[in-house]
Parts: sequence; C-alpha cells; structure tokens
Amino acid sequence: MASNLSRRKFLIYGSAGLGTSILLKACTTPPSTTDNTSPTTSGSPAASGSPSGSPVASGDAIKVGILHSLSGTMAISEKSVVDAEQLAIEEINAAGGVLGKQIVAVVEDGASSAPTFAEKAKKLIDQDKVATVFGCWTSLSRKAVLPVFEGKKHMLWYPVQYEGQECSNNVFYTGAAPNQQIEPAVDWLLANKGKEFFLVGSDYVFPKTANTIIKAQLAAKGGKVVGEDYIPLGNTEVNPIITKIKAALPNGGVIFNTLNGDSNVAFFKQLQGAGITPDKYPIMSVSVAEEEVKAIGPEYLKGHYAAWNYFQTVDTPANKTFVENFKKKYGADRVTNDPMEAAYIMVYLWKQAVEKAKTTELEAVRKAAIGQTFDAPEGKVTMDSNHHISKFVRIGEVEENGLFKVVYASKDAVKPVPWNQYVAETKGYACDWSDAKKGGKYKV
Amino acid sequence: MIQLFDAVFNGISTGAVLLLAALGLAIVFGLMGVINLAHGELMMLGAYTTYVVQNVSKSAGGIWFESYIFIAIIAAFLVAALVGFILEKGVIRYLYGRPLETLLATWGVSLILQQFVRSVSWILVIGICLFALLFWGAWWLISRRSDFERIKKLVLGIMFPLSVGISIATAFWLGQTYKLAVTKPWFGAQGVDVTAPKWLRGGVDLSGFQLPYARLFIIALTIICVIGIYLFLQRTTWGLKIRAVTQNRSMSASLGIPTQKVDALTFALGSGLAGIAGCAISLLGSVGPNTGQNYVIDTFMVVVVGGVGKLVGSIVAAIAIGTANYIIGSNTLGTLVGGVEPLAGIFKFFATTSMAKVLVFALIIAFLQVKPGGIFPQKGRTVDA
Repeated sequence: MASNLSRRKFLIYGSAGLGTSILLKACTTPPSTTDNTSPTTSGSPAASGSPSGSPVASGDAIKVGILHSLSGTMAISEKSVVDAEQLAIEEINAAGGVLGKQIVAVVEDGASSAPTFAEKAKKLIDQDKVATVFGCWTSLSRKAVLPVFEGKKHMLWYPVQYEGQECSNNVFYTGAAPNQQIEPAVDWLLANKGKEFFLVGSDYVFPKTANTIIKAQLAAKGGKVVGEDYIPLGNTEVNPIITKIKAALPNGGVIFNTLNGDSNVAFFKQLQGAGITPDKYPIMSVSVAEEEVKAIGPEYLKGHYAAWNYFQTVDTPANKTFVENFKKKYGADRVTNDPMEAAYIMVYLWKQAVEKAKTTELEAVRKAAIGQTFDAPEGKVTMDSNHHISKFVRIGEVEENGLFKVVYASKDAVKPVPWNQYVAETKGYACDWSDAKKGGKYKV
Repeated sequence: MIQLFDAVFNGISTGAVLLLAALGLAIVFGLMGVINLAHGELMMLGAYTTYVVQNVSKSAGGIWFESYIFIAIIAAFLVAALVGFILEKGVIRYLYGRPLETLLATWGVSLILQQFVRSVSWILVIGICLFALLFWGAWWLISRRSDFERIKKLVLGIMFPLSVGISIATAFWLGQTYKLAVTKPWFGAQGVDVTAPKWLRGGVDLSGFQLPYARLFIIALTIICVIGIYLFLQRTTWGLKIRAVTQNRSMSASLGIPTQKVDALTFALGSGLAGIAGCAISLLGSVGPNTGQNYVIDTFMVVVVGGVGKLVGSIVAAIAIGTANYIIGSNTLGTLVGGVEPLAGIFKFFATTSMAKVLVFALIIAFLQVKPGGIFPQKGRTVDA
C-alpha cells in the first residue's frame, strides 16, 4: 500500500526493479523448445518426435541439432530460418531420409544471447549427441559457439551472410562472404548512386567488421565515408542519427545499412518521417530481406535497395518448387528470403556429404562436403575447399508488394573469399581445408 | 538558429515518447507504489491492438484506413486497461505492500504475455477457453453443494487434470483435423508491420529541416493525455478518491471510500495509458513480442528521476532525459563549441547512440546522488507515512 511505503523505499525497490530487469533480460533462458509448443512446428513429423530426454532409436534415425533464437530480439529473423531447415528435413525424410534413416531435429532456443548459444551448443553435442548442428544468425552467437565446436571438433552449418575474416575447419558457411554481398553492393553503389557514404549499423561485431571492409574498399576505389554510427541491438530512438546524416550529407548521398533486427523498423519508419527519401538518400541494406520488409512495412522501404544472393522473385525452377513447398507448409502469406534459402541449401549439402561419406562420422563428412554441388533456388552452388560456397550476387529494389525487383545479378556464381583482400591485415591470405598444410589461414 | 530549433524539437519529441510511456507507470508506480515490470508488455499489447485494428480497417479501406489510428488509440486503451484490471484482480491485489513479490510476479506476467503473443493461435485460444469453461464451470456447479468444503481437494484433484486432458486432446484433434488453419500463430515470433496512415507519414518541410508528422502527432497525443490525466485526478470524484487513497488509505477507507475499487480503477487507468503509449510507439518503431522491453527501463528511469508520486516530475524528467539523449547523441554540443579542443573531442567521443546512453545514465546517477528524491521530491507528512 502506498501509504505504508516511504519514498526512500520506493527508490530502493525501484532501482532493484531496474537492476533485476536488466540482469534478467541479459540472462533469461526460456525453457528449451525441444518439445515444440510452438504450433507452427507441431504438425511436422520431423520436429515433434524428440523431446530432449527421450532416447531416439539410433538404428533408424539420425539426430541433428537446430540452434537459433526463438525468443529475444533476433527471433524476428531466426524463426523463419528454423522453418526453412525443418522444411528441408521434412522433404529429405519424405524422400527416404539419409542413408535410409530418418532425420530427427532437436530444436534449441539460443534466446538472442551469446552465452545461451554456447550453452545450448554444448548440450546438443554432449547430451543429444547430434550428427551436426544447423544454427546461429548473429556473428556474436557464432563467435560464442565457435570455441565449443572447435574444442569438441564438431560441425556447425551457418546460414547467414556475415563479415568474413574467419575460416574454421568446424564450420561450413552457406551465407555470403563479404566479396559475395557487401563488396559487389559497394561497387554497384559507386557506379550508380554516388560516392559519399554514411554507415549505420548495430553495435556488435558484424556491422563493425563489415564497415571496416567498406571503408577500406571505398578508400581504394575513390569513395568517401562521411559518417558512421552504431545503434545498440533493440534500440528504437534514431533521432540523433537522422540529424547526423543530414549534417553529413546535406545534398543527399548513399546510406549503407548494416542494422540487424528490430532497430531496422524504427530506422526506416523515422527516416521517412524526417524526409530522407530514396531519391536523394538511397539506402543499401544487407540484413533486410523479404521477412523484414514485411515486418517493417513495404510503404517505408519502397525504392530502397538490398544486396543478397537470393530473392523470392528469382526466376529458377528450383526456386519455384522451394517457394511453393514453403507456402504450402507454412501458409500462403509467408515469404522466403536469403538466409532461409541458405539454411535450406545447407541441410541438403550436409545430406549429400553424409551420403558420399556413407557415415555421419564427422571427419569423413567434413571431407566429403568439399566439392558438393547443389541445384539451389538461387542457382547452382558449390562447396569450396574453404568451407564457404560459391553464390550468385544480386541487388534488389523494394517494390510496393514487399518483394524485390532484381536490378543487378552476377552472371556466374562468385567464388567465396573469406579473408578480405581490402583490409591490410588479411590481404593476401586464403583458406583451404582440403590441404592439411594450408589450413585456415595461409599466405598465398 | 535552425540547429537550436532542431535540437529543441527533437529533444521534446524524444521526451514525449518517454513521457507517454512513463505516464501510466507514474500512476501505477508513483501513486500506488506498485512496481509493475509488465508495464512494457501492456504497451506491447497496445501496439498489437493497433496492428489488429489496422488490419481490420485496411480491409474496410478508404477513410477507415486513414483514420484507423484514432480507433486504435481507444481500442488499445481499452484492451490494456482490461488486461491491467484482470492483472490487478488476479495478482497484484494480493501483493500490496510487498514490493519485492510484486516485482517478481509482474516480471513473470511480462514473460507470460510475451510468450503468449508469440504462440497465440486458434487452438491455443480454443484450448484455454475450453479449459476455463470446464474447470471453472465445474467448480461453480460443485461449489453450490453443501458439502463443498469437505470435497474441495478431491474436486481439484480430479477436475484439474481432467479439464487439462480434455482441452489438450481437443486442441490436438483440432490441430490434426484443420492443420494450418488453426495451428498457424496469429502474430508469430516475428514482428508485425504497423503502417501509419498516409497523413502520418512524411513531414512538414521547414527549409531543410523536416518535422515528421508522426512525431508531431505523438507530441499532441502526449499533451492530450497529460491534460486528461490532470483533469481526471483534479476535477472528478474518482480522481479525488484516488488522491485520497494515495495520501492516506486507512482514513479514506473509514470515510467510506471503496479502496479496493479505487485500486483496481487506478491500475486499469495506468495500464490503459500504457496501451495508448504502445499505439504511439508503433508509429515509430517495431511491433514485436519484445517491444515493451525496450521501453520499460527508460520509463522507470523517468519516474525515479522525476520524483516518485509527482506527475509534474515525470513530465520534466522525460523532457530532460529525452533532450539530453538527443543533444549528446547527435553531437550538437560538439558543433556548438566548434573546434575547441579537447572539449570537441570529448563530445565527439560520446556522440554515438551507445555512448550517449552511457553518459545519460552516468548523469542520472550523479543527479540522484545530489537529489535522491528526484526533481520534485514529495514533501510533508506523506513522505514517511
């Protein structure tokens, strides 16, 4: 009761409340979602079969781990990647499975928190004894699980475009390396949109590394960075950044956007209100795909650009089937996007590798994976010896219906270059896991 | 000159968002002394209500879509107020005077609400309704028997698992029969898109400086809410009762004021205001299960800095924090001092969104050292009563 409580106590409890909420926000670990209470997945045979404790008969099933954020600020993006992975697993199971065995997915929630990701990765490997793990979105979460996978010599498949500068023997990267997304996007902007760049990103490892690369590339090609700012993940107050953009680019210029998650929504909504429109300030995003466009609202994004390897509108037979199957399983109003496609690819590449190796034994699969090709929705992709895949580069413009019009597409699949050739420290380095002497980082 | 105007306007508009979000809390926390960590989730419910209203009016089209925001504000207020009312009646009522328990209970409620919007689907709703109907219906029927007290435990032991079982079985059967139509989540874990009507997008152009309509709208909405609250508390009978209960609960009770009703009403009012705030922030930012969490810390900060129990304190604190955040983050100070080193260097260092937040936090801590009671501390006998 208010009258029984002094003002000073209010203050104490109030700050205790603040403290607790910050603390809890940082380390809440919602209960594992293995049993799939989420109705989207409960219908799928692939997901419903394996609560984490129950023993799976190893005779007729192969367990794989799916490790993404189903809660927290990254859930907006990662949930649909899980959907794509489960679609691929379901398709494979329907076609007879791998080595005659059904794939059973163990789904864990990383809860948008790096320590949780590491913890769940350990759980998947040690307790569930999975054959491989498909997972992670943010570089933060990948960096957090990396020591786990390297320490246990296990295998992670990572489906998201990222900043490069990494080449682990224990990870297969099916998203774009910078030379397959960021660098072509910068080249395209320089050729078509202007030379003055303002860089906006979320405050963590991917945007910072990506911007280092962009700055080096711009310096090499005659562009100019007029400003740079970072927003903490989840923050929605972008007024100060708008002011800085206007001060730095009074007559218009290019904005390169590496924001992740919810901040994008606030960013685009408020930019439009402040009069920053695509005719004068074209924004190139590298983390905004069809899903995000839908959540932000196409009205706010129309005319802006995104660089990806895949758009839902890509015209290939494989993509037609992919989109059709996805909509049939998850609803006609759902969309597909690049990370989902990469997630879909990686499940198939893993399956092919296992079939070639004729076992799920990790070293054999690792070797067999290199050189695998797959007729993916984006076009034919190949797993390179540096554990990244060759990909097609595309740039799309957002249209009214929330889909992308492809305004640029590379003729061939671009070979992946994980160690960046614009940044001084990594210039001249490469990665080759097919050769034991070369390994993760060697001088060419 | 333009720059100064820019700073003032943006400061006020940032502050207005904070104030609108904190207004409900200022009532619930400030007047009632309830630390409601679910305040952010009540805002989120307001934002989702806006989304639903938007979708309905979109299908109606035309003038309905252009004006949906007004209906959404009222709907958001009602939905959040209703949830707040249920929350008060179901949880908080039992925890008055025990702030620590309230803190934990409302934190739990906030997690439940977050997960609820993530996974709510037809089968979940049907399952919950069926359970409520079976369990409480049976409870109600049996409670009329004369020997109810004796068999109470037995009834609970049988009816609870039975209702749960029937509900889950029905939900499962529905899921198998109708598949996607009933199992598809209404909103899902992804954020949903709330698009402002056309007249709220864009802004007034003032030669090189644009005032966004959405911001102007929020400032106006905040002013209306503040005036409305002021009039309600000062000029109506219920306002008078609320103030009386706040000042001295036992004396009010002995004068015949129904304190429990007043509590429920006050809490519903504060929650309703959170709903309005949720509707407003959907114009600026994302609408997702986590929307509320982004604001709840800032709102507590506003109430504590302003002085607990004082609405005027919250107003001043919100504007001050908003302006400070903007001026530091946008490097306005850096440009003002020009090239004077090392001052300009220091300001530039703090002129990123993350560092601005750090500096504002530091300033608040320093301020609370000097004035622990906030800007407008309560004076007189009520302080330690």
